[in-house]
Amino acid sequence: MTDLSHIRNFSIIAHIDHGKSTLADRLIEFCGAIEAREMKAQLLDNMDIERERGITIKAQTVRLNYTALNGETYQLNLMDTPGHVDFAYEVSRSLAACEGSLLVVDASQGVEAQTLANVYQAIDANHEIVPVLNKIDLPAADVPRVKEQIEDVIGLDASDAVEISAKTGLNIQGVLEAICARLPAPKGDAAAPLQALIVDSWYDPYLGVVILVRVVNGELKTGSKIRFMATGATRDVDRVGIFTPKKLQIDKLGPGEMGFLTAGIKDIRDTKVGDTITEERRLAERPLPGFKPSVPVVFCGLFPADAADFEELRDSLGKLALNDASFQFETESSAALGFGFRCGFLGLLHLEIIQERLEREFNLDLVTTAPSVVYRMHMTDGTIKELHNPADMPDPVKIDFIEEPWIKATIMLPDSYLGGVLQLCTERRGVQKDLTYVGGRAMLVYELPLNEVVFDFYDRLKSISRGYASFDYQLEGYREGDLVKMSILVNNEPVDALSIIVHRSQAEYRGRMLCERLKDLIPRHMFKIPIQAAIGGRVIARETISALRKDVLAKCYGGDITRKRKLLEKQKEGKKRMRQFGEVEIPQTAFIAALRMGEE
Amino acid sequence: MPDPGFALYVHWPFCASKCPYCDFNSHVRERVDHARWRAALLRELDWFADLTPGRRLTSVFFGGGTPSLMEPATVEAVLRRADERWGLPAGTEVTLEANPTSVEADRFRAFRAAGVNRVSLGIQALNDADLKALGRRHSAGEALGAIRLARASFDRFSFDLIYARPGQTGAAWAEELNRALDEAVGHLSLYQLTIEEGTQFHTLHQRGELVLPDEDAQADLYEMTQAVLGAAGLPAYEISNHARPGEESRHNLTYWRYGDYVGVGPGAHGRLTLPDRGKVGTRTHRAPEAWLDLVERQGSGAKPFEPVPADARLAELLMMGLRLAEGVPLARVVAETGRTLADQVDPDRLARLERQGFITLSEDRLAATEAGRARLNALLGTLLA
Repeated sequence: MTDLSHIRNFSIIAHIDHGKSTLADRLIEFCGAIEAREMKAQLLDNMDIERERGITIKAQTVRLNYTALNGETYQLNLMDTPGHVDFAYEVSRSLAACEGSLLVVDASQGVEAQTLANVYQAIDANHEIVPVLNKIDLPAADVPRVKEQIEDVIGLDASDAVEISAKTGLNIQGVLEAICARLPAPKGDAAAPLQALIVDSWYDPYLGVVILVRVVNGELKTGSKIRFMATGATRDVDRVGIFTPKKLQIDKLGPGEMGFLTAGIKDIRDTKVGDTITEERRLAERPLPGFKPSVPVVFCGLFPADAADFEELRDSLGKLALNDASFQFETESSAALGFGFRCGFLGLLHLEIIQERLEREFNLDLVTTAPSVVYRMHMTDGTIKELHNPADMPDPVKIDFIEEPWIKATIMLPDSYLGGVLQLCTERRGVQKDLTYVGGRAMLVYELPLNEVVFDFYDRLKSISRGYASFDYQLEGYREGDLVKMSILVNNEPVDALSIIVHRSQAEYRGRMLCERLKDLIPRHMFKIPIQAAIGGRVIARETISALRKDVLAKCYGGDITRKRKLLEKQKEGKKRMRQFGEVEIPQTAFIAALRMGEE
Repeated sequence: MPDPGFALYVHWPFCASKCPYCDFNSHVRERVDHARWRAALLRELDWFADLTPGRRLTSVFFGGGTPSLMEPATVEAVLRRADERWGLPAGTEVTLEANPTSVEADRFRAFRAAGVNRVSLGIQALNDADLKALGRRHSAGEALGAIRLARASFDRFSFDLIYARPGQTGAAWAEELNRALDEAVGHLSLYQLTIEEGTQFHTLHQRGELVLPDEDAQADLYEMTQAVLGAAGLPAYEISNHARPGEESRHNLTYWRYGDYVGVGPGAHGRLTLPDRGKVGTRTHRAPEAWLDLVERQGSGAKPFEPVPADARLAELLMMGLRLAEGVPLARVVAETGRTLADQVDPDRLARLERQGFITLSEDRLAATEAGRARLNALLGTLLA
């Protein structure tokens, strides 16, 4: 157990691609925690998808032993945190386990929107922050400009920022020295009753649930009986250990230290992140301040492309949920798409990642419906209902008013794209809160309804700014909105799976787009098919699929009736992939494409 | 209820050249041993006759390939053997397909003497440019000559034209149709160009070098064809076949009425109702030499017969019968499948299709309307869903 004054707990805050994982790798390497032959890029990103996308999804921790220039040996606990807004909750609990942060900024790119959100969280968590300018070896690096940005935009003193290149290994020691010299040591009392904060937990097929903890007071030892203060459950500790980044079993963890424990737990839901662990024989007086639970904000339907895969999809979702307490799912059935699941996510990236993992790790072919947000229906009888699925919209006469979630979005971009981005935000019902210029870049702060953002905001923002805009948001709360359910009628029959909830001002545009798209996706029938978008009984957009005029084969003699019949049977097979609505057959692909997020 | 008949089809697989749109079983050979082929055709005819005792032929059709390249003696021998085995009453329709390049007055006389009483000419187009584009070896002038010769030589004759050709306009087709009507007597077959797999046209089409008129343009041409021929007194009795009443092809009606037919020669198909096995589909080996070898060794080039179960019989009966303006007698449904139509097709669906104007359903007959026939694929899809 290390003396508190020689422990430093820190996390790294950075925008995607600004070099957080590379820096982590270099720090590990420098401290000799892992041999060169074991090095692979991005040591802490375990999942393939993390490594490929260059993002961190789950929190990780690693203990490093560093002998500083003053001759003292320090225990450094690096908490690798997710950078993306969807995982803001993970960020907040990682930050709570540390006393300081490294703020890594790409010296050629400057401060980005995502950096801001995370750095403010770190400031809120009373962190000491050491700015680190990375990629100073790049020709485009502009150290003075970026320092100015850090001071102007964030308000941090950047005069003694550490200038490095994580890629080439330049000045890694400078970072380690700054951690030891400038970050505060943790406080705690080894003699006090045990208080350990659950920072994260995940399911390991061999060990069961692994719990990542930060010990605040007391000692956590193998064999001791612990109690989870929120649930009251008690367990015997099987193992206590640390990551170096390899798992290493040790006897105990003391105050200020981070590590893991296992206690024969099978279900991740028994280990509430933010809960406090104490010792059964000597209970702590009160739990440590916890975290707000994370709540899914974006919902969508996931359906197996092949109905036969339903059970497999259920199993796969269950397995994913084992490791991701923020991911929710429940059975849903749709006339168009059959049986599937309504799933809740922390945000769009979270949705994409789950979808991609299902397709990749579980080899499932999925149909994803348009994402929607959670609406609050204030009913005339005074009750409040949460609406996760437009198909479940209650009768409008029973609704007093509807509230929708709003976000505060921060967008940073080169000012040459400002006009287009302002227009986009206005089209999406945005309310401008702030517009500032820093070193050739503009920082926009907008309040936006989340349902306008989940539609195709990212894609439009990217294309308008040619990829140069960065975007981040946080939930601001619910506000009343003039929201309506837009139904789609095919041949005068409503098709529930295609209905969406939309702001009245956007309804016509969205309705027209959906009708146009469906017109191309539904094959001609023997009769003409009107496609209408309607609000209540009022039609707001209309297209018509003209009738099939002729499809008969000219020649049918030569006596080979079998071949013609087989063609007919093949045609019949094709019909099985169609969904019947009244007299109209709609191919499943039409639902997929019409409901796909975004425009083509 | 018209008797669907009992027909004999004889396939002659050889052509002088292969047409780029044709996916029929046709082959170009420098030399054909006519005596050997004659013997083989007779032998396979005998083999099928052994399976169908007591049946009486209602038509014979020589198709191909180019059967006008057959020696008249072969045609004569086949017809004589057919008469011996099944009975071929005088006046029974005997059709031979002919190519304008392979007809001459002497040859037509010889075929006529052999027993042929109807010819069907593969004219395809009445202008030189389109004939060339279709890969035909004859000119429009030769085509007209052949038509006149056929008319002079046979009481009944028909010719084929292909339309909805690449770049064909409605006006050009109307003009060509009127010229065809000037030449036609009682029967015309008017086929829309169809791109079949395994043809040269298919390759060109895939590459985008051959562009067909779009669906609307095709439909326009089709509707115009129906109108022009109807007004001229040759209404469509089948999707692509037009005749003055009474001049219909007796042989092809057997196919469409889902009657039995024997298929002799390489790649020939048949449908037979056998006393012990019920309805079967027959087909013979496609490759001419392989077929010849099989017949000489075993008496037939037939592959194992394929049973046609009741649901397939219903599908085939409707698929063929609804091509005809006369439609399908409901009694035929019962005769083929043992069950009524209403028992096998959802009556609500029938009522809906009738309401939409695609079918007519009387007490004894189901028929597709003109609108329904044009959309027969979709119509069958709905009926047999």
